[in-house]
Amino acid sequence: MKHRYLPMTESDKKQMLDAIGVGSIDELFSDIPEKVRFDRQYDLKPALSETDLLKELSALAGQNADSNSHASFLGAGVYDHYKPVIVDHVISRSEFYTAYTPYQPEFSQGELQAIFEFQSMICELTGMDIANSSMYDGGTSLAEAGMLAAGHTRRKKLLISEAVHPEYRDVVKTYALGQSIDVEEIPLKDGQTDYDALRSMIDGDTAGVMVQYPNFFGQIENIQEAADIAHENKSLFIVSSNPLALAVLTPPGKLGADITVGDAQPFGIPEAFGGPHCGYFAVTKKLMRKVPGRLVGETNDEEGRRGYVLTLQAREQHIRRDKATSNICSNQALNALAASVAMSALGKQGVREMALQNISKTQYAIRAFKEAGYEVVFGGPSFNEFVVKCNEPVADLNRRLLDAGIIGGYHLGLTYPELEGHMLIAVTEQRTKEEIDALVQEMEAIHA
Amino acid sequence: MHKENQPLIFEISKEGRIGYSLPELDVPETDLSGLLPEGLLREEPAELPEASELDIMRHYTALSKRNHGVDSGFYPLGSCTMKYNPKVNEAAARLSGFANVHPLQEESSVQGAMGLMYDLQEHLVEITGMDEVTLQSAAGAHGEWTALMMIRAFHEANGDHNRTKVIIPDSAHGTNPASATVAGLETITVKSDENGLVDIEDLKRVVGEDTAALMLTNPNTLGLFEENILEMAEIVHGVGGKLYYDGANLNAIMGKVRPGDMGFDAVHLNLHKTFTGPHGGGGPGSGPVGVKKELIPFLPKPVLVKKDDAFTFDYDRPQSIGRIKPFYGNFGINVRAYAYIRSMGAEGLKLVSEYAVLNANYMMRRLAPHFDLPYDRHCKHEFVLSGRRQKQLGVRTLDIAKRLLDFGFHPPTIYFPLNVEEGMMIEPTETESKETLDAFIDAMIQIARETEENPEIVQEAPHTTVVSRLDETQAARKPVLKYNRPETAEPVAVN
Repeated sequence: MKHRYLPMTESDKKQMLDAIGVGSIDELFSDIPEKVRFDRQYDLKPALSETDLLKELSALAGQNADSNSHASFLGAGVYDHYKPVIVDHVISRSEFYTAYTPYQPEFSQGELQAIFEFQSMICELTGMDIANSSMYDGGTSLAEAGMLAAGHTRRKKLLISEAVHPEYRDVVKTYALGQSIDVEEIPLKDGQTDYDALRSMIDGDTAGVMVQYPNFFGQIENIQEAADIAHENKSLFIVSSNPLALAVLTPPGKLGADITVGDAQPFGIPEAFGGPHCGYFAVTKKLMRKVPGRLVGETNDEEGRRGYVLTLQAREQHIRRDKATSNICSNQALNALAASVAMSALGKQGVREMALQNISKTQYAIRAFKEAGYEVVFGGPSFNEFVVKCNEPVADLNRRLLDAGIIGGYHLGLTYPELEGHMLIAVTEQRTKEEIDALVQEMEAIHA
Repeated sequence: MHKENQPLIFEISKEGRIGYSLPELDVPETDLSGLLPEGLLREEPAELPEASELDIMRHYTALSKRNHGVDSGFYPLGSCTMKYNPKVNEAAARLSGFANVHPLQEESSVQGAMGLMYDLQEHLVEITGMDEVTLQSAAGAHGEWTALMMIRAFHEANGDHNRTKVIIPDSAHGTNPASATVAGLETITVKSDENGLVDIEDLKRVVGEDTAALMLTNPNTLGLFEENILEMAEIVHGVGGKLYYDGANLNAIMGKVRPGDMGFDAVHLNLHKTFTGPHGGGGPGSGPVGVKKELIPFLPKPVLVKKDDAFTFDYDRPQSIGRIKPFYGNFGINVRAYAYIRSMGAEGLKLVSEYAVLNANYMMRRLAPHFDLPYDRHCKHEFVLSGRRQKQLGVRTLDIAKRLLDFGFHPPTIYFPLNVEEGMMIEPTETESKETLDAFIDAMIQIARETEENPEIVQEAPHTTVVSRLDETQAARKPVLKYNRPETAEPVAVN
């Protein structure tokens, strides 16, 4: 069998076997106990040529409704945003995407500097002092923040708002289980975290208080109050944040956050059926040495030139082994690069303009729904999501919308039983006025 | 090569320039001060760069030229499997029906994506010899932790609350013990014997009623096959423990032996190693976990199942360890791995391992006269040399690594595994030609000669890179972890 990924020729093979001093490749596998040697061939689908493979995969991809073929109003943590075309051109430079973790800095200055710039941009948006080089996603990043808080405070309880993404909360609980940390949920009050409840729940065993800003329902909470409650109790205040919203909102770092986490997916990263996205993790100075994952720092070479290296590695698993507080090794470097390019392209002006478009279009949609007689529940200010009470079962409605070329919103009844029949609708800058009007009309259509 | 400082994107920024293009707002603009409560309207804008599209493209192109990837040249980084990343995989992952699909869409609208995931799971079941596979874990370490959480839940479901110890060889990767800790388990180290394999007598000594699992990489990090694996499985299973297979080195054994047949109960795979997901400068990866029947009830939620010819996510799993990641894993990387498996087929995957092992043994034999070879037997897909002989002449393994940069080669993994003095772990992979291997061998032989005749040239390397050796001590003592604008009064360093 010849294959375009395998350069070995018969004459290569012979010369190499001779140099080794064996008669066959099989001899090199003689240390595998005979009893367990695999004596048949894998039962896999037959190999495909490049042409046939692309045909088959295109057909599979074609079975899915996507946000190019449909107008998507689905958010809930993953968004259809403007992706500047240069993002894909940069991350397609194979010096970046075929490289490993930059363990040899002289050979990896490009990647190291790009990560340093990513760290800097995340600090700018979040108002935090230090950001790491990325985490798997927003959910595991929040879980790691909880573990950091428990380790730092030596306390064993986390309070997490029910207005935090339900799947993020689930991930936090699984990590907490491993570490024998209790997780209690702070109830909701009109779609926002009930701070009075927080006040009564917090106690001397509370390591951290976790909120989302804007929260899962799109509501912009005044999290300063939660920060004060946490700090009076010497608990860490942890904020999960959509970084795009921070272009116009007071950053968590200015509102008392000790740790800010989230997902940079809104910046140039495709939805990709849920991953890979790009978690970010940012902290105050005092927590610098507790950060999980890789950090890039600036330094100089022997001739005094500026350069970048992985630093403070004594925190990490390859040095500390079982004493490490996180096991993270690979991260989402390429997606951090994508986010950096998108943040550079949008730049200081573009992130504001894009965030403002999200808010303005969402306000327009809220008005349109209200005018059509829908109840828009929760009265607080919205970023790019809001909740509508629907007139028919949400799953039926969404299937109907698909036929009309629309990907509808998230069915909140799936994770909030009290919100059965409610839909979380996301309106990004990608949606036109006509598409918003069409959504309202199609939802109305059942009455016609 | 240029030797000047490379400007940061912030340093090329100029007020008033833009690099984006948004449509005109087609609805009335919202007055933010009217919408937001007091104190929540951002006062100071985030100081992101202001640059034109060309400025940005040039900046990142310049950075890419200061970086070495597999497409730039040979990258024999041991235990990382730096093989060629096929371009058709990239095209596949960018198909709109994969790239622009939302994870929370109605299942009926994503059957193609779910079908691909299901088929990939089935292929990985066959390749590993396990009974079921989940694609949820985002990376190898995430997979290790996921599987350990499942093993822990299995023991607890059996009322076995005292199985808290995970046995890990001293040659193991650092994520193994760290994953055990994060799963709330304690690490017990088992020693290697003089042949570089797990010391069976020491294993017998450390196992017991408190053993939750043994974590093993096979072939191990020395590139040697643990030929006593069946006896080890018997020992661990004999006391009621589980066997965990770290799939970092699966590239050595495809089509030759399967973890499931060797007695392993759980396995993680690194799709970004064996199955050509690009390493991306550190990620994203994908670390699916495969398990035997007994562990299936504990799989993370949701589990992808096929019902009446349709694919669906099953959340009704009462014994599940819970959710380990939002959504369903790193789908984009899984698409690439699927494209690779379908490109190779069964025969192709077997050849992958045969050629990876042939290449490694060839290099090992040709380099053995010039460097110390601590474990002199057939290796699998990688091998470890020791720089002891060179160290006696004043040249350390670090120096050898830096000197290789001058030849345009990425160095091997160095100082790992920890049980080899001045170790150099070399993994050529099957996608490299004999000519490339020979060029690297020649460079190594030349460096060995330089070490004897002209050690300064090695000690002072690299000579041709865009920077010379960097001061890592300074970086750690006075950490500068972000760009600080010169006009601000903030100190440059954070302490």
